[in-house]
Formats: sequence, structure tokens, C-alpha cells
Amino acid sequence: MELILEGVFTAFRLVFSGDADVWAITWLSLAVSGTATLVALILGIPLGILLALTRFPGRAIVVALVNTGMGLPPVVVGLFISILLWRSGPLGFLNLIYTPAAMVIAQVVIAFPIVAGLTMAAFQTLNPKLRLQLLGIGASRPQLLWLLCREAQLPLLAAIMAGFGGVISEVGSVLMVGGNIKGQTRVLTTATVLETSMGNFGTAIALGVILLTLAFGVNFILTRIQQREQIRWPRPS
Amino acid sequence: MPGPTLRALVLAASTLVLAMPLGTRAAEPANRIIVLATGHTLRDSGLLDVLIPVFEKKTGYIVRPIAIGTGQALAMGKRGDADILLTHDPEAEIPLVMEGYFINRRQFMHNDFVIVGPAQDPAKVARAKKAAAALRQIAEAKAMFVSRGDDSGTHKREQVLWKAAGLSPTRIWYVEAGQGMGATLGIASQKQAYTLTDRATFLNLQKTLGLQILLEGDPVLLNLYSVMEVNPAKHPKANHAGARAFSDFLISDETRGLIRDFGKERFGQPLYLLDPVR
Repeated sequence: MELILEGVFTAFRLVFSGDADVWAITWLSLAVSGTATLVALILGIPLGILLALTRFPGRAIVVALVNTGMGLPPVVVGLFISILLWRSGPLGFLNLIYTPAAMVIAQVVIAFPIVAGLTMAAFQTLNPKLRLQLLGIGASRPQLLWLLCREAQLPLLAAIMAGFGGVISEVGSVLMVGGNIKGQTRVLTTATVLETSMGNFGTAIALGVILLTLAFGVNFILTRIQQREQIRWPRPS
Repeated sequence: MPGPTLRALVLAASTLVLAMPLGTRAAEPANRIIVLATGHTLRDSGLLDVLIPVFEKKTGYIVRPIAIGTGQALAMGKRGDADILLTHDPEAEIPLVMEGYFINRRQFMHNDFVIVGPAQDPAKVARAKKAAAALRQIAEAKAMFVSRGDDSGTHKREQVLWKAAGLSPTRIWYVEAGQGMGATLGIASQKQAYTLTDRATFLNLQKTLGLQILLEGDPVLLNLYSVMEVNPAKHPKANHAGARAFSDFLISDETRGLIRDFGKERFGQPLYLLDPVR
């Protein structure tokens, strides 16, 4: 109990004293996971929509793959991305191993199926008649997609939160492809593991508190957007 | 008519991407980056955090220290995924130098391993003079022993000691942690078990552990650290110029001064002792 209090105090001290290392680590966590989530959205939302609204041969396999991918273990992703990016690996010439870019790639692989799967679910729960109605009143294809997105925005925001939550909290892949290098690839989760193994429990708890605060902050903003929209735009009956 | 939701999200996302320092390091010329593969202990003790910034400032190189076990570090160097190695397992290092994987092996410092355990010392390890005898006593008492179990330099040394004691530990009282030294000491402390540790990591963590040094000073417990460069003839992509620069830096007089003083202030004794470079 004493230890937890000490950790919380350490967290406050580190944050408010503007400890440069801690800020750099926090910023890198946000930047890596934020970028990964963004890329996962760009890739995952179109795939999710495609899987929800169209039928093609092999679709069942893709859906099963996406659903499996939603539970992809980060260490397995880390292992495969490492092997690909090592200098001796097939993509070694890119010189990406142990860089933030490698961490983004690994986290995209983790977040992309989550976003795609939840987007697919979001669009499948829409009333199928809505599509026909919108086409019936003369909506063009882009207009149709846009209106459906608007209609599904609550679960879509949930997909964003789940994707971001999945990557900001994972430690396995960023540790393997990033190497936890001080000042270069150390993020909140890997720093927490390191500080714990070095017996600096106060600092470790402090980093954990910062991570939780960060995750809460991002989710709070997204939730505010989600809930506000719901009130301002009453759903058509 | 894009709603404020999406507009806000796109804005937030693009701000994040634009402001990101991502890729700036990757974009730098590859030969400025030195990948250093090393055991956990040098990072956990904090020595690398002292030495690397001095080297980077002096030379403009950027060092990427990857702390994995010595066994994994050697494998990484063999594959050509590192430029330079800092390891502590002479029995494994020397054959690899013979086979041409590494060049210019320089043994430059040492510290020692110690056997730590609970103060009650159920196996009476403190009465033993030799490490092999201590391990035999632990085995006879079936007292719990936590092994690193991760193919690290410390783990390799532990296996040598068990062999010297003529024992192959059984599962009942022998626990493999599969983690770094810090985590392994934590497990040993919680379970009030024995373990083999390097002195530097133990001194660093001592205040958080319920463990004591029970056996030290046996010559077989010497822990020798060496630096080796990945052979550019085998791996042309390796940054050999950078590796040589770092190796030369490690044995320079200035660095030896830093190593000599490292830990004195905090522990009243240096954590690493210098060797004449061989």
C-alpha cells in the first residue's frame, strides 16, 4: 500500500517537475500508438465496410481471419515483424528495426484487425432497409457511404477506442521491434517493465499512472465526441 | 457535409502525424547508427547509460543498445543483426572468434558473481568455501534455486557450476525464471530462494530484496566482460567503422576513469573492475 502511494507521489513529481525523460517517453507512446491507430483506421474502416456491405467468394475466410486477428498476441506480431525487419531479414535493407517506425508497423498489424472487425460489426447492425431507402431517394454511392458512416458513428468511435486501447497498452511487440532503447524507442509500457525489473517500483507505478491517465484522456475526448453527437443529431426513427 | 466529429478527428490525427519525429532517426545515414547487442546486466546496472551519451557526444554516432541475454546477443551478432557485442561468456565467445564471426575481442573489465539467498540460509551456503560445494548443499537440502533460464551469460555460468558440482538440477526445487537478472532476483526474494547473480545488479537492487550475499570470492565466480566487433568480411552491412570507434572508446583512458568511478558514490565500491586490455 505504501508502495502504491509512493508511486502516485512519484508520478505527480515526475509529471509536474517536467522530467524530460518521462515527457519524451510519454510523447513517444502517444505518437507511436496514435499514428498506428490512424493507419489502422485508414486500412481497417474500408475493409470493414467492404466485408459488411458486399459479398464475394472467399469472404467467409477473410471475415474469419479478421476475427482471429482481433485477438492477435502482440508478442507473436513482434516476433514476425522482427524477423522481417532484422538486417538479415527480407526487409532488412529498410533499416527500420529498433526505430519508432518499426513500432508503428507492429502496432498497425495489431490494431488493423480490431478496427476492421468492429467496423464490419457496426455496419452489419445497420438496418439493411436503410441502404435501399437512401438509394431510393437518389443518393449517389459516395453519399450513401457517407450517410451510412454517419449512421454508424457510435460503434465506429468505439472501434477507434478499441484500436487505440489495444496498442497503447501492449508491451510485447514494441519491446521486440523497438528494443526499449533509452531516448529512442522507450515507451511507457516498456519503461514500466524495465523499472520494475530494476526494482524502481515507485517510478514503475508512476509510469503506469501516466499510461492510465493518457488512455483515460484519449478515451474521454472520444467519448465526449461520441455522446455529444448523439444528442445533437437525433437518430431518425 | 462533414460533421464536426470527423473533422475534429481528422484534424487531431493529422496534427499528430505532422508533429511526429518519426523516421527522423531512420532517415539518418545508416553508418551513423551502431547496434550494440549486450547482456541485461550492463544496462540494468546503469553503466551503459553513463558511457553511451559520452561516446555519442564525442563522435556523433548514435548507439542502439539492445539488452538481451549474452547467448541471444551472440546469436544476433552471428546473424549480422548487430555491429558490436558486449558480452560475458568467454567459453562461448572465443570459439566464435575462431570461427571468424567476430574480430578484435578485447577483454577489458570484470566483476564477480555471488550466490545470494535468504538470511536464514536453510542450506548453510554461507559455510561453504567453493561455489560447487554450495550448490551441492542446496541440492541436498532441496532448497529452492531460481535460475535465469534465459541462455544469458549468468545462466551459462550457472550451468558450468552445476556441472562442476556433478549435478543436474531436478525440477522439484529448481525454478527457471526465463527473465533478466532484476526480475529473477525479485522472484528469488519473494520465494526466499537461492540464486546466482552478478554483484552489480544485486547491489543495485539490494534495498528492494530480502536476500543476502552468502558466497563470494571463489575464483570460478569471476565475471569477465569483453567487447567484440562483428566481422565485416562475414557481414559487409555491419557498421564496422562505428563498432571499432566504440570499442576503442571503451578501452580509452577517459572511459576507464568513468568505469573505475562507476558506483563508488552510491555503493562505496566500484561495480566493475578494470583489466589490462587483452
